[in-house]
Amino acid sequence: MMDYAIAFLIGGLICVIGQLMLDIGKMTPAHVMSTLVVVGVALDFLGVYDPLIDFAGAGVTVPITSFGHSLYHGAIQEAQQHGVIGVLTGIFEVTSAGISAAIVFGFFASLAFRAKG
Amino acid sequence: MATKAKQASGLHMTKEMYKQQAAKYQIKRNVVLNTWRAFWVGGTICLFGQFLQNIYINVFHFTPKTAGNPTVATLIFLSALLTGLGVYDKIGQYAGAGSAVPVTGFANSIASAAIEHRSEGYVLGVGGNMFKLAGSVIVFGVVAAFVAGLIKTIFRLL
Repeated sequence: MMDYAIAFLIGGLICVIGQLMLDIGKMTPAHVMSTLVVVGVALDFLGVYDPLIDFAGAGVTVPITSFGHSLYHGAIQEAQQHGVIGVLTGIFEVTSAGISAAIVFGFFASLAFRAKG
Repeated sequence: MATKAKQASGLHMTKEMYKQQAAKYQIKRNVVLNTWRAFWVGGTICLFGQFLQNIYINVFHFTPKTAGNPTVATLIFLSALLTGLGVYDKIGQYAGAGSAVPVTGFANSIASAAIEHRSEGYVLGVGGNMFKLAGSVIVFGVVAAFVAGLIKTIFRLL
């Protein structure tokens, strides 16, 4: 049960940071999301993100920061095998599931539903 | 005439004056309430993600490391569905960043753009506008990951 409590708490806190960026930083949602993705990359670069995942589970894999973490992870994994060129070829290696799912389901949603209002 | 003078000064408003004027009519943001809403809704989405992840680990025998991908894909599917049904936007109005920051918000921005622009056709409308909002997230994420990955790799090779 403890993992649920931690996921709720840490995930909630990341959303609070996003909300404060909206309200106090007066940023647009697109700016907030882009910033958080870059923060995710930076945290993984510093080696902080993986310990965070061990600690908080979905609390840090569900927020958009994990997208940055996965992008960086894919790049590094490939780079370890193929050197510098791997940085480019590996970027979407881990995020493939997320992006593919978003494109496919987004497209089907546009087939199945009509805009409201 | 007084009204004329007002109009004249209105035409020569500086940016600062405009901001002051506009601030009067802006709805005051209740930061504490918004923060609380973002916290509990965002936390609940992550809690649900943890629930899904545990199912993938325990029932479908994924490892904790590989369970992230199917979890995210499931959340994205549910988010696209809720967006189509018009539910996710209602959650978004209530929760603000609480529903935008999780990966479901990313999926919501793609699905809602796709649905909204369907009337312009599938190629130019749906295909062309799908990433209108999510595109910036991908662009900055990829560029940041590329630069960071390059630095890391070069330092490893040295």
